Amino acid sequence: MFQTILFYVFAAVLVGSALGVITSRNPVHAVLFLVLAFVTSAFLWMLLEAEFLAIVLVLVYVGAVMVLFLFVVMMLDINVEAVRGGFVRYAPLGLGILAAVVVMLALLAWQKTQELNFLAPPAPAPASYDNTEVLGSVLYTQYLYPFELAAIILLVAIVAAIALTHRRRAGLKQQDVARQVAVKAADRVRIVKMPAEGQE
Amino acid sequence: MITLAHWLTLSGTLFILAVAGIFLNRRNLILLLMCIELMLLAVNFNFIALSHFQGDTAGQVFVFFILTVAAAEAAIGLAILVVLFRSRRSIQVDDLDEMRG
Repeated sequence: MFQTILFYVFAAVLVGSALGVITSRNPVHAVLFLVLAFVTSAFLWMLLEAEFLAIVLVLVYVGAVMVLFLFVVMMLDINVEAVRGGFVRYAPLGLGILAAVVVMLALLAWQKTQELNFLAPPAPAPASYDNTEVLGSVLYTQYLYPFELAAIILLVAIVAAIALTHRRRAGLKQQDVARQVAVKAADRVRIVKMPAEGQE
Repeated sequence: MITLAHWLTLSGTLFILAVAGIFLNRRNLILLLMCIELMLLAVNFNFIALSHFQGDTAGQVFVFFILTVAAAEAAIGLAILVVLFRSRRSIQVDDLDEMRG
């Protein structure tokens, strides 16, 4: 019973924050609503006994990806009004699609509830169940190659992101270590022989 | 009692909201990226709910990989956005008509 109440509260917050993401006028508010949506989803995933992924969602998504979004939104000062200009024009199309899919979903969820509930809710896991341990034991054995591939994808993403956004500014003073090491005494000191004055 | 229908309905609602968001905000690239993140979240909900109800951890492993790829996608997408903004001073979809598509 308590879990059902939690489910409805968090589901309401999640749907509300998703609505906030798609309707807020200011992109910064949209990012903050998205953060709320991710945090609420982490709570809901805990109800599903996926504790490891819930923590990963908060750490990786809220901690890294959303901060990146916030950083980019704040760095590019976007003209909010110009961006929102098409909102009213596209609203009928968006709402039409929304209504159509909601009707389809309602048919699925309320008329065919029996088919949707083809799996009975499982019994709660025992207290000794460790979600992280279970995931780790399959991740490093059965899914080892996908795991390595995921690591390579992340590495490629790092290199790509840096290569895309890195730029050399003109007039920036920086060290060139290779030239410093290769320098010789003759490059730095020049001995000039000249006669002393007044001795002719 | 929270049944599978509850979870699937929640995830479907989230996905529809994200699709509607793409239609509503289709002039702003950064909001499009955020709507794609919402869609991925809805898909992850399905994976985790079905993994829980079937007692199979494979779904959670899939979510792990989806999170990895989504993080990479967000990083590269935002990097492209920053480069685009530097060269155009704008990230509106309407302005990106160089190829007259």
